[in-house]
Amino acid sequence: MTNQYEMMIGLEVHVELATATKMFCRCSSRFGDPPNTNICPVCLGMPGALPQANMEAVKLATRAAIALNCKINASSRFDRKNYFYPDLPKGYQVTQYYEPIATDGYILIDNPRKKIRINRVHIEEDAGKSIHAGDEIITAEYSLVDCNRAGVPLIEIVSEPDMSSPEEARQYLERLQRLLKFARVSDVKMEEGSMRVDCNISVRRKGSQEFGTVCEMKNLSSFRAVVRALAYEFERQVQVLAQGGKIVRETKHWDETEQVTKALRTKESSDDYRYFPDPDLPKLELSREFIEQVRRQMPKLPDEIVSYYVDELGLPEYDAQVLTADPLLAEFFDACVSLGADPKTASNWIMVELLGYMKANNIPYENIPLRPEYLVSMLELISEGVISGKIAKDVLVIMIETGQDPRTIVKERGLEQISDDESIARIVDEVIAEHSSVVEEIKAGKAKAIGFLVGQVMKRTKGKANPAKVSTILKDKLLS
Amino acid sequence: MEIWGLPARDILKYISSGEISAIEVLESFLGAISEIDTEINAFIEVLEPMARMDASRVDAQLREGNSPGPLAGLPVAIKDNICVKGAGCTCGSKILENWISPYDAATAKRLREQGAVIIGKTNMDEFAMGSSTETSAFGVTRNPWDLERVPGGSSGGSAAAVAAGMAPLALGTDTGGSIRQPASFTGICGLKPTYGLVSRFGATAYASSLDTVGSMAETVWDCALLLEAIAGHDPLDSTSAAGEPVAYTKGLQGDVAGLRVGVPKELLEGVSAPVKQLFHNTLGTMEHMGMTVEEMSIPSIAHAVEAYYVVAAAEASSNLSRFDGVRFGRRAAVDTLDEMYTRSRGEGLGKEVIKRIILGTFVLDAGNIDRYYRRAAQVRTLIKREFEKTFERFQVIVSPASPDVAFKIGEKIHDPLTMYLSDLITIPVNMAGLCALSMPMGFVDCEGSSLPCGLQIIGKPFDEQTVLRVGHYLEQEIGLGIRKEVCAMRRKLTPVRECELVD
Repeated sequence: MTNQYEMMIGLEVHVELATATKMFCRCSSRFGDPPNTNICPVCLGMPGALPQANMEAVKLATRAAIALNCKINASSRFDRKNYFYPDLPKGYQVTQYYEPIATDGYILIDNPRKKIRINRVHIEEDAGKSIHAGDEIITAEYSLVDCNRAGVPLIEIVSEPDMSSPEEARQYLERLQRLLKFARVSDVKMEEGSMRVDCNISVRRKGSQEFGTVCEMKNLSSFRAVVRALAYEFERQVQVLAQGGKIVRETKHWDETEQVTKALRTKESSDDYRYFPDPDLPKLELSREFIEQVRRQMPKLPDEIVSYYVDELGLPEYDAQVLTADPLLAEFFDACVSLGADPKTASNWIMVELLGYMKANNIPYENIPLRPEYLVSMLELISEGVISGKIAKDVLVIMIETGQDPRTIVKERGLEQISDDESIARIVDEVIAEHSSVVEEIKAGKAKAIGFLVGQVMKRTKGKANPAKVSTILKDKLLS
Repeated sequence: MEIWGLPARDILKYISSGEISAIEVLESFLGAISEIDTEINAFIEVLEPMARMDASRVDAQLREGNSPGPLAGLPVAIKDNICVKGAGCTCGSKILENWISPYDAATAKRLREQGAVIIGKTNMDEFAMGSSTETSAFGVTRNPWDLERVPGGSSGGSAAAVAAGMAPLALGTDTGGSIRQPASFTGICGLKPTYGLVSRFGATAYASSLDTVGSMAETVWDCALLLEAIAGHDPLDSTSAAGEPVAYTKGLQGDVAGLRVGVPKELLEGVSAPVKQLFHNTLGTMEHMGMTVEEMSIPSIAHAVEAYYVVAAAEASSNLSRFDGVRFGRRAAVDTLDEMYTRSRGEGLGKEVIKRIILGTFVLDAGNIDRYYRRAAQVRTLIKREFEKTFERFQVIVSPASPDVAFKIGEKIHDPLTMYLSDLITIPVNMAGLCALSMPMGFVDCEGSSLPCGLQIIGKPFDEQTVLRVGHYLEQEIGLGIRKEVCAMRRKLTPVRECELVD
């Protein structure tokens, strides 16, 4: 039944800007400090306090807009969005409603290759945080407000409803997150709330020209939650429509434990926030020089880095994509290459061994547990023939866990490869003597069985024998 | 020597010559306040310990041979919507009755840094919404000229304090006339500066795009002195204008002959006959001083009041949302969030304030914003443009500062429309972002009282200097007579004390 319907998904993404201070005062915007320690008359909305725009935040917003291929508006404006809530100190949020800083951008996704249009990017301030004593506000005995977050600068990125599956939404979000990370606009962490996603979804019968009723979904704490909530909501709406029902325009809350969406409030008419220009703030005028400067200072974005890796360093596209999952990972790789590592070799070790270890141990990119110089000197040890690739895998884990450099590790633990012909020949002889039946097979023409004997030599030397040499010596002895 | 009641300029001379200390000056004024203010109710809070500390610090600096600054030892009264660290800031409202400001307004800070002594916080219409000080939650302030009458408003407390001699200088705020009209009603000078000249940081907002902080004093020179102290760019107020500081007191000398003075006929509508008579006499004096006076027209003024009440109410409805009982101020003891909002605000805010919040909410409503808020903004642009054009031909524009003299307490409070319309003379100045001085031009006999009446001198944006100079020259012509009346008034008010006549 679902295949007779299609969905249109639009995303509203809030991202906290990585500034040291708040949007309209100079309180610290650090996450995780004790409650109500980063506050002042301005962000508490005390009588007489006035806002002063943070130009660093404006710079980061401009940078985000450039990264998202937007048109930058030389003149934008701050407006007040009026509503009452205990964690909204002034009784209004300063945002850009009528004239946002940027419009008309896009993000490209790969599967299917598609352009997701961005309607607008605007700057606003965050609200504080309410903590309810109890499960929810209605039943709470009391509620506490932490204003540390009140006034932290945000940008909101509003897409057009161009995504037609939860998978496309996930790709859009991953692309967006990666772009903003590389542009150093935000640390974009869903778990710390520095990236927050609201979804708008509408469903209609395929081929229909009319738009379906839009439902908004909130409280999506991971990309996985976004995908599941969209899939759930699509199923639900299709059920309703198929039975001839009507979709009610409402705001829904994703319940992570029950894996269902629940109605928060119905939106029969849209809320009236009585937006009007904030008389305390002049227009935000961006000079051409300012915009050009932001453009010049733009850190390298993933697409540019990927083509550099592919075209200049000769990496496969796949490697280049994996290495640009995060700017710190790309930096790590770049450091290895600039220290002299062969790009493809370094890429292999990073992708397979390092990322494997990090994934198994749940280590985020910002804590890459290895110094690039150590990885490079380990690669040198391999190419110098001091250690085998197999031993190197152990060395890598020891480097991560002890923090020691690879040469010390190899030396102290006696992991050097056995390369002298005499020692290898002695062990080869022992192995030949012990496996006479295999030797017979080889001599009878089953050359492949040599591999088994190589393995036996390696086993006896605990992997330290140079496998190429072992193979040559074996062949010499058995086949000539 | 009796110090209270003297103009600031004289007190400065006595302090700098060492004849008298800052603490003696302060004690003299504190004495006057304790004696007179029981009748006037100009002060919501007298900051005795804090003021004594300020005054002692000034004296210590003087003893050590350091200059405490241009306002050394001068007591200044501050309207109770301007924050002073460690003092209350009620804005005339119950909702802020027990709130203590944790920070200084930019103006308060500048005053202290220049040696002023902050003597107390003055009464006002609640959140500056009113023209009589009758909407204050802390009782009406009485006009020293006639205790049955209002001092005007909303800066009525500051005006009455200066008029009665309880402070030589006072800060007021002016959103639609709140400095100029009470100055007119109490026979003092009040300067509403150009929007952006004086920082609004720390002055509780009523209508942010119209609010200004200005000076009130007995003489034009004193007004200029106080303006000099508080004017100037402040990065904390994003609407503050860039610009070099101006020495207004020095610029009072200089010629006024040849100045072209415009008299818009729209500002004379509804002006009472005796005030009109005084005004025409004053125009005569100005001509006599060599200025050319010409009656002219600025038609858009006719729409200023309606547009003003839309814009001001819209901004106020948003500005006053922060008084919600959550972080500070009065909170009603209730069980639910909605009740906390409605009861805290309903009980904490007065009728006039609630009325304007509702009006403002209405005009910003998505269905109404085009018809009201946006149209008002257009009218405002029109008014601004017409004034700009007018100032191509004239250096200053003059009118009475109020259509009539002070009215009786209770006389107009139930007739809001008349009250609103009486602001017609002052409102266009705020709408166009201009500067204007209100200064006494004479007296009108009214039911046995001699009541002062002010002249409004309007100047181009940031041309406070010309406005003050014209005022200063006029004051030299007519000031002595006014000072005599002031002394007579004060003698009636406090028969045991002398009022010195200084020229």
